[in-house]
Amino acid sequence: MSITIAKSLDLKGLSCPLPIIKTAKAMKELAPGELLEAFATDPGAVPDFKAWAQTTGNPLVESSESGGVFHFVLKKKEI
Amino acid sequence: MAAEVVILGGGVGGTIVANLVAKKSSGRANVTVVDATGIHVYQPGFLYVAVGKEQPSALQRAETTLLRDDVSLVVDRAARVDTSARIVQLDSGRTLSYDQLLLATGSRTVMDEVPGAKDAHDFYTMEGAIRLFEALKGFDGGTIVIGVAGIPYKCPPAPVEFVFLLDDYLRGRGIREKTQIKLLSPLNRAFTIEATSKLVQPILAERGIELTGFFNVESVDPIAKTVTSLEGETVEYDLLVLVPPHRGQQVIEDSGLGDERGWVPVDKNTLRHTKLDRTWAIGDTTNIPISKSGSVAHYEASVAAAEIVAAVKGEAAPAHVYDGKVMCFLETGQGQATTIRFDYDHPPVSPAPARRWHWAKALFNKTYWHTVPQGRLP
Repeated sequence: MSITIAKSLDLKGLSCPLPIIKTAKAMKELAPGELLEAFATDPGAVPDFKAWAQTTGNPLVESSESGGVFHFVLKKKEI
Repeated sequence: MAAEVVILGGGVGGTIVANLVAKKSSGRANVTVVDATGIHVYQPGFLYVAVGKEQPSALQRAETTLLRDDVSLVVDRAARVDTSARIVQLDSGRTLSYDQLLLATGSRTVMDEVPGAKDAHDFYTMEGAIRLFEALKGFDGGTIVIGVAGIPYKCPPAPVEFVFLLDDYLRGRGIREKTQIKLLSPLNRAFTIEATSKLVQPILAERGIELTGFFNVESVDPIAKTVTSLEGETVEYDLLVLVPPHRGQQVIEDSGLGDERGWVPVDKNTLRHTKLDRTWAIGDTTNIPISKSGSVAHYEASVAAAEIVAAVKGEAAPAHVYDGKVMCFLETGQGQATTIRFDYDHPPVSPAPARRWHWAKALFNKTYWHTVPQGRLP
């Protein structure tokens, strides 16, 4: 299965709550079913992305960490 | 020959640095502060003006009364900085040459960046706070919505403090039962800092203040009286109070000294401009990911002053650097408050709300004029 990322956000160096706000803005531009990935360095982003996905109904497809950089993939919810 | 030290901005940061540099440079610096109004404003007091607990006149003094006699004040707006010629151009056409430059111009609010929000209330300017209190005086029940329309903004705890003080105000007028207070938060908690959120959320619930999470204000429909979030939710209001988006000052943007929002990039410890020599920035002016608040400008000021004095004297940079220290009071209403303290290496700590913190804040607000601008409080 190949995954196509519609938009990629570099949120490294930003602190809470900026990563979530920039992500929320970017997600608005996506069509239903499209994927957005984000890279962040603020550890607070991990629970924030999880909670944001649950609250807004946009599934968090991936949440991982490598070398201090967190990688998130969100899927825009179907209407 | 004495060095020319030019400080743009006569707020808390600029004023402290001006006084400290003049005092410590042993006559080797001519210090000039450029300020657009010449009036020093104690911005933490806006919150109280908005609920009728403070008079606007108590928050303003002539900047000259706060500066040492050997500091010059130029009341004019800095229009542009030419960093290669080391000249500041003023609105009046006058120019100032500098050897060392401090950018302490602070932030400005730009409510017109939010579609439909032109007439929304705020307590981030003196005019906004006065207008909000006028609206509250005429309010006799309904839904008051408080939302955040941009990050970063000055004094991160202020929206939470405002809803608590609003609750007090409405109870005092006997219309609390006829009023719903809704706080819209950018995150899924009342406040960015989790420990503080845990402390204040039960109090919000106890006071009947409704908290809606992940509501980042995107637009307002002033006809339908609704506010809509980036997340797609819509909330109705009778009276809308927004934290407006903030930007750096026009002179920073026009001179290419900052990023796309006008925040000046500096080293988070030395406060030196990351790209320019002889240039520092402090307080709201910088891009450091830390609270935009008077306390940050206050703690940074002694570092920037020591850096500038060393440069003036041709000495090595001082070992003392800014460690990210922040200290805020947070009013929780009914005469109580808590505090929030942290730095780059220590997570935030907040004690249980108590009357003594409310009185400490009130005392600080009064003694400010005789201690902070003069650099008397470390």
